[in-house]
Amino acid sequence: MAELITYREAVSRAIAQEMRRDESVVFLGEDVAAAGGVFKATKGLLDEFGGVRVRDTPISEEAILGAAMGAAMTGMRPIAEIMFSDFLATCWDIVAVEIAKTRYMTAGQTNLPLVIRTANGGGLRFGAQHSQAVENWAMMIPGLKVVAPSNPADLIGLFAAAVRSDDPVMFFEQKSLYPTKGEIPDGEIVDELGTAKVVRTGDDVTVVALASMVPRAVDAAERLQSEHGISAEVIDVRSLVPLDTRTILSSVSRTSRLATVEENPRLCGWGAEVVSIAGEECFWDLDAPLTRITTPHIPLPSSDSLEDEVLPSVQRIVETVAKMTG
Amino acid sequence: MATTTPAAAPAAPATDTPPVDRDTQLALYRQLQRLRLFEERAYKLFMEGLVKGTSHLSLGMEAIAAGVAEAMREGDYTFATYRGHAHTLSRGVPMEGVMAELLGRANGVCGGKGGSMHLTSVEHGVMGSYAIIGAHLPIATGAAWSSQLRGTEQVTACFFGDGATNIGAFHEALNFAKIWDLPVVFVCENNLWMEYTAIADVTAVEHPAADRAASYGMERIIVDGNDPEAVHLEAVRAVDKARAGGGPSMIEALTYRHGGHSRADPGDYRPKEEVEAWLAKDPVPMYRQRLLDQGVDAAELDAIEAQAQEAVDVATEAARNGPVPDIDSAFTDVWADGGSSWRN
Repeated sequence: MAELITYREAVSRAIAQEMRRDESVVFLGEDVAAAGGVFKATKGLLDEFGGVRVRDTPISEEAILGAAMGAAMTGMRPIAEIMFSDFLATCWDIVAVEIAKTRYMTAGQTNLPLVIRTANGGGLRFGAQHSQAVENWAMMIPGLKVVAPSNPADLIGLFAAAVRSDDPVMFFEQKSLYPTKGEIPDGEIVDELGTAKVVRTGDDVTVVALASMVPRAVDAAERLQSEHGISAEVIDVRSLVPLDTRTILSSVSRTSRLATVEENPRLCGWGAEVVSIAGEECFWDLDAPLTRITTPHIPLPSSDSLEDEVLPSVQRIVETVAKMTG
Repeated sequence: MATTTPAAAPAAPATDTPPVDRDTQLALYRQLQRLRLFEERAYKLFMEGLVKGTSHLSLGMEAIAAGVAEAMREGDYTFATYRGHAHTLSRGVPMEGVMAELLGRANGVCGGKGGSMHLTSVEHGVMGSYAIIGAHLPIATGAAWSSQLRGTEQVTACFFGDGATNIGAFHEALNFAKIWDLPVVFVCENNLWMEYTAIADVTAVEHPAADRAASYGMERIIVDGNDPEAVHLEAVRAVDKARAGGGPSMIEALTYRHGGHSRADPGDYRPKEEVEAWLAKDPVPMYRQRLLDQGVDAAELDAIEAQAQEAVDVATEAARNGPVPDIDSAFTDVWADGGSSWRN
């Protein structure tokens, strides 16, 4: 019997699922315990697991992630929350220079089974310092796995896989998705990292999207079908590292067209890597220029009318893809 | 030009700690000799071009690593910095593997992928040497948190220089360790010089670690870092306290590096009189003299020195003759599965 829950509820379910099965899983972050998180995504965890395993911290992002790293190296499986992904900039040394490199530098002597979960992305009118989509920051660092789910079932399944992984995983929750709902199956949900998902099949063009851009791409695909007679296949990337190029490239080879839909500003977004791989590996199958649909290369404005204009919209996806296939 | 006053008189060790017994004295002396002779050889090999990249030596500062290591036990954790040869060796990591790592050889403790600045030997509790100033204080705090969660009574020692006390991670870690009562001993090796700048010229307080520790609810501990017994006694007190659940400590050990910051730096930005005053306080001959004065047989100390010299010679040969790493090893251990693949 499937159940309909919000993306927000999926977060606490995912953490609880893993904390119940493994005593070494602990959870720390700012306002995560007593307050249940600023987005109320971790409500109830303190009551169920107690203050030793679910712990409020000071506003000390380096200490939070350093603590998670040190604990992971010595037998625990910590989950650390960075409240807004923008704040990763304050502790990026721990992420990019310490966590990502230590297994390699020590020739495999250290294990780093930890998850850093964070509220990422725009759409909530928070302005330039609380709205960034920064998954590409993490994607470019060797040694980090990078996940960004688009719906509750994927969130729980990928989170379980992240906690059970012996590698550090950057887990980006798109904060505008928190109130959105989706069905989840009964029982334990465990997914696989590094797997993309075809969420809508089509023949004329492959549209690859991530997180909050996935529902927009699906809506756009429906309109492309009804308004333009274009059959678009939509792929939810889900995991940037490892990247499921097999699923993406086999679709592109069949449809002969590829568009990416990225929330990040233009330069060095994840889509640049995807189109570059497609250009190198399925060039002879292509019938249209590889196309990226992104936020322009600007900081995000606060005003709702401006933010809505610059984030990739359903309308912009429809127009851009229609032009590619025209 | 910066001027630096010689070290203030250190606080006397607590009176309720027992004096250092003869076995421990000899162990401290053995540590001093091994660390001194290793570092001298490392410098020589650097000047010969065999140690490539960079190298940061603990010459003149050996008494701190020695004194703390002799207060620790198997299973305890050490977190070191890029100036970490001494801290790594003092926990019993074989010298061959450390020297070979400096030379980038496959028989190095990290297979040549870490180098001088990243010595690690998890099986000896040496959880890494970290080259971003201050970063490892929060990480060491996390290891201490893990010991507390697992109820293991392991203690973590975290070494760093005076320069680290002015970076944010230092302050975040101290507060964090204190509010959670974590079993960590922070050890500041205050050698008076932050790279090329006198620490006094860029720090708001006289004692960069101890004065700040006091503001995080920790005892203000300052010790003569060139006296291995003084360091040892403070370390025993702090380690015992941490193991008993008494929370973190900060030890500021005053010392001086005999050489420059790194590589072939002659350190000539430091006043000549200051360097001379500290060279006269060299911990190795000073401690030898103290042991002789206390009736230790010179032959016994000579034998310790000869053994240390032989160990360094053997390690040097093992390193020189070590194989260069297989090129395939550049692509291993990015991930837990042993590989480096990022796509299918």
